[in-house]
Amino acid sequence: MNIELNIKTLIVKKPLKLDCGKVIKDFPIAYETFGSLNEKKDNAILAFHALTGDQFVAGVNPVTKKDGWWSYAVGPGKAIDTNKYFVICSNVIGGCMGSYGPSHINPDTKQIFGANFPVITINDMVNAQYNLLEHFGIKRLFSVVGGSMGGMQVLQFVSNFPNKAKTAIPIACTSSHSAQNIALNELGRQAITADINWSEGNYTIEKKNPNKGLAVARMAAHITYLSKKGLQEKFGRKLQERDDLKFGFDADFQIESYLRYQGSVFVDRFDANSYLYITRAMDYFDLGKQFNDNLSDAFKKTKTKFFIISFTSDWLYPTQENKDIVIALNAIGADVGFVEIETDKGHDSFLLDIPDFLNAFKNFLDKSY
Amino acid sequence: MKNEFKVIADLIEKDKRVLDVGCGDGTLMKFLRDNKNIDCRGMEISKNKTQKCIEKGLTVIEGNAEKDLIQFPNKSFDYVILSQTLQAFLNPELVINELLRVGKKAIVTIPNFGYWKVRLHLLFKGTMPITKTLPDEWHNTNNLHMCTIKDFVYFTKSRNFKIFKSLALNNQNVTLINNSNLGFKNLIADLGIFLIEK
Repeated sequence: MNIELNIKTLIVKKPLKLDCGKVIKDFPIAYETFGSLNEKKDNAILAFHALTGDQFVAGVNPVTKKDGWWSYAVGPGKAIDTNKYFVICSNVIGGCMGSYGPSHINPDTKQIFGANFPVITINDMVNAQYNLLEHFGIKRLFSVVGGSMGGMQVLQFVSNFPNKAKTAIPIACTSSHSAQNIALNELGRQAITADINWSEGNYTIEKKNPNKGLAVARMAAHITYLSKKGLQEKFGRKLQERDDLKFGFDADFQIESYLRYQGSVFVDRFDANSYLYITRAMDYFDLGKQFNDNLSDAFKKTKTKFFIISFTSDWLYPTQENKDIVIALNAIGADVGFVEIETDKGHDSFLLDIPDFLNAFKNFLDKSY
Repeated sequence: MKNEFKVIADLIEKDKRVLDVGCGDGTLMKFLRDNKNIDCRGMEISKNKTQKCIEKGLTVIEGNAEKDLIQFPNKSFDYVILSQTLQAFLNPELVINELLRVGKKAIVTIPNFGYWKVRLHLLFKGTMPITKTLPDEWHNTNNLHMCTIKDFVYFTKSRNFKIFKSLALNNQNVTLINNSNLGFKNLIADLGIFLIEK
């Protein structure tokens, strides 16, 4: 994907040693900002995006022409009030919205990386984004926030930089990807790599596109973002523009049609190799393991005030996994609040207009500022 | 703020670390934070009340004291407060032990089932007592283990907990409970407030 239009980038000159051992340097981080940084530079919030997100957290995404992925939460007067706070959001490395990723040119071979891009981790993503603080001259962020994989980055950020954020809000996330999480990601990766057009990752050079595989990956993942009850209430067994079953394999049911649509729009904005790399980074995430299986030790040096939010119907990162983070923080007397929001919107809840969630989010931020 | 909270606040010195178990809408925590510079944490089972605490900028954990106190290390708070909730737990003894493990001291308040109005209600009306501190009916009350001030004092003694202070509350009146007036206070107080340690 080569959409260089309207994309701000920071070229990081400093070499960054990745967890896989490779070193990258002179690499781009694509970012966007919202609101303005005050004179004291104490109103900055770094928002981390989830698997398929990007730097366009609010406003209108210039690529998709749709609202930014967190428009319900970020904007003037919203939970993250851009009249008050300066919001920075950047595309993760490995991504496909301008940050260094598999669709970039390998400086050694002068070819597109494809599957030769180094495997990156959540830790690498966070270390890369840290350069934005120096770029803006921010000594300490007011907050680091994010849901899902964004929440994992929040946890890793505070662990890596214990005195660089006053507050932290990990939402609907986990400190360690479960077997079920890994299994679901593997399903997506297998769908992509089984597509003949994936061509061992070299589809761009060969002018092909593994759209079918990527769409299936998205469809499978999309189911995991919703709840059974939510799906049943929205779709049930309703038929798609027909009065009866057609005894074939067309989309008879609305849910089928909906998933196909989700798959088809996704391939227009997302890169298959990026999907492989980012899901891999999530699977490798196990913050406790970085500290000899003691998650509390990850936060030992920090005075950051945490607020953790989970959703009742989220079965991808269920409340208990969020609570495990609360428990680890309480074990070392850290300042941590926790709330579970009642909703049947599933894991996707953190992206949606759910008043209890957005109110708690806003109240925590505004009262902590 | 209700008188009970004023009495509790008076038992706590400035600049301490306090856990309020069943902190409700955070009224007491807010008072302690704003007036006594207390580093206060709350635990609350109701989602709605948890949100009220967040509105006040308080640190609150949505949770169930019977299951979730386990996450706090030993003696990690100077005081742990349990206001009028002991009787609602499935296993009050377990909760008290947890309070005294997590806190150096615990402040426990109980609605007194020995209060004369309660006794008279049962004696003359023959139905489950309904008073200011026991407002619900038998079928919709959360209370499972009602006790009297006397019961609680006997319980703490049998478990060898130290009672630093026992207070009887009757409307605006706060009086000390001691061995010689226990029977009388058990009759005239609608609420008992105890400062205890293991």
